[in-house]
Amino acid sequence: MDKILILGGGVGGTLTANLLMKRLRRRVKSGDVTITVVDQSGEHVYQPGFMYIAMGGERAAKLQRPERGLLDPRVSLVVGEVASVDETARMVHLADGERIAYDYLVLATGSRIVPGEIDHFTTEAYHFYSAEAATRLRSALDAFDGGRIVIGVAGMPYKCPPAPLEVAFLIEAELRDRGLRDRTEMHFCSPIGRAFTIESVSEMATPILADKGIELHTFFNVETIDPDRKAVQSLEGEELGYDLLILVPPHKGARFLIDSGLAPAPGGWLPTDRATLQVGGRPNVFALGDATDLPLSKAGSTAHFEAPVITERLVAAIEGRQVDHRKGDYLGKVMCFFEIGDGKGTLLQFDYEHPPKPPKPNQLWHLGKIVFNKTYWHTVPKGRV
Amino acid sequence: MTELATEQLTRTIDARGSFCPGPLMELIRGIRESAAGTILAVWSTDSGSRIDIPKWVEKAGHRLVAINTREGYDEIVVEKTH
Repeated sequence: MDKILILGGGVGGTLTANLLMKRLRRRVKSGDVTITVVDQSGEHVYQPGFMYIAMGGERAAKLQRPERGLLDPRVSLVVGEVASVDETARMVHLADGERIAYDYLVLATGSRIVPGEIDHFTTEAYHFYSAEAATRLRSALDAFDGGRIVIGVAGMPYKCPPAPLEVAFLIEAELRDRGLRDRTEMHFCSPIGRAFTIESVSEMATPILADKGIELHTFFNVETIDPDRKAVQSLEGEELGYDLLILVPPHKGARFLIDSGLAPAPGGWLPTDRATLQVGGRPNVFALGDATDLPLSKAGSTAHFEAPVITERLVAAIEGRQVDHRKGDYLGKVMCFFEIGDGKGTLLQFDYEHPPKPPKPNQLWHLGKIVFNKTYWHTVPKGRV
Repeated sequence: MTELATEQLTRTIDARGSFCPGPLMELIRGIRESAAGTILAVWSTDSGSRIDIPKWVEKAGHRLVAINTREGYDEIVVEKTH
C-alpha cells in the first residue's frame, strides 16, 4: 500500500489531495493507496479575504469553511498539530501523540506571521494578515479622523507582495469618500528602489501614488519601532513619524520544519527544487505554496499552479512510470489580481521565463477579483479551474 | 571587484526568473536572515538587478563584492557588514 500524507489544509494541500483522488480513485477504492490530510484547525481559511475585512465590509465568518467539506470524501482528514517528522521511520508525530506513517510526504504548511519578532509591533502597528488583525485595523480606520498614516513592510518574505500597495490605494480612496483626505498625510514605504517589484507595474503605480498624494519612500525596510516618539526606523537608516502605522508583519515557515531538519533556521523555508518541487533532493518529499524557499510570490495562486505538478509526480511514482514533464515540471506560473482603488484593478500573470505584462487598470479586473473571491470555494480547492 | 572563490560564499540565492517578489527582495530576505560577515551571492536573470541591487547595498551600508556575468544570468555578491 502507498500512503500519501499531506501536511496542511490550505489551498495547496486541499487541491493536491483532490487532484490526487481524481487520478488515483481506483487505487484508493481498492485500498492500494491512501491519501490523508493533516490540518491544525480543520477549518479552511480564504486568506486573500482578510484585506477586505479591513477595507471592504467582508466578514470573517464568510472566509472560513470546514476543510472536510472541501475534500473528496475518500481523502482522510486528521485534525491536529504536527510536532515533528521522523524521516528515517517515515513517520509524522502529532502534538497529541498520534503517529501517522507515510511513503510520500507533501508539505503544504504555509507561512505564519510573527509580529512579536519586532519590538512594539503588537502594540503600535496594525496589519491585515489575520481576520482578527484586519478587524482591529478596521476599527482603527473607523476611529481615524486625520493625521499621518505610514504603510510599510517589516519583514521578508511576506504573503502577497502587492498587498501593501493595494491597501494604500484603498485607504486613500476611503479617506477621500469620508472627507478626511485633506487632513491626512499618507506615506508608502517600499522595500526596494521603486513602488513595486515588477517594473511595468511600478511604472503604472508611481503616477497613481503621485496623483493620490501618497508620498513614496523607496529602500525603506521597516526595522524598529519607537513607541515613545511614534516613529519607525528603516534597515537603511531612515525614520518616519506616524499617527497610524500599518505594517506587513514578519513571516516564517512552520516551526516543526526547522526542528525536524527539513528547513533551515531562522526562516524555516523549505529548500525546494524550482521544477520538481522536491525538498532537498528527497525523492518522496514535496513542498508547495508559501512553505517553499522559491523566489516566487507567497500567494494561493502559486500553490494553485504547483499542485498539479506534485500530483503528476506522485501519480507517476505510484504507477511506476516516467514523469510526463509537460505536467510534472513547474515553470513558475503565478497569476493574481491587483487592486488599484476607485473600483479598478489589473492582472499579473507570469512565469520563470515570461515577465508580467499587466493590462491597463479597469473595472473588469477589479470585478474579476471580487467574483474570484466569491466563487473560490466551488472552484480552486476542488480542482475545477 | 574580482571573482570570488566559491568557498568564501556562505549563501547563494537563486532568484533567476523571479519577477515577484524579485531578486532584490530575495537578497533583502537573505541579509535579514544572515549574520554580519556573511557573503551572499544572488543569481538574477533581471538585467535591472545590476543597477538596483548595488544601489540598495550602498544605501543599506553593506559591501558590494562582485558582479559576475554567468551563462544566462548575473551573479551579484554582497557582504553583510553589520
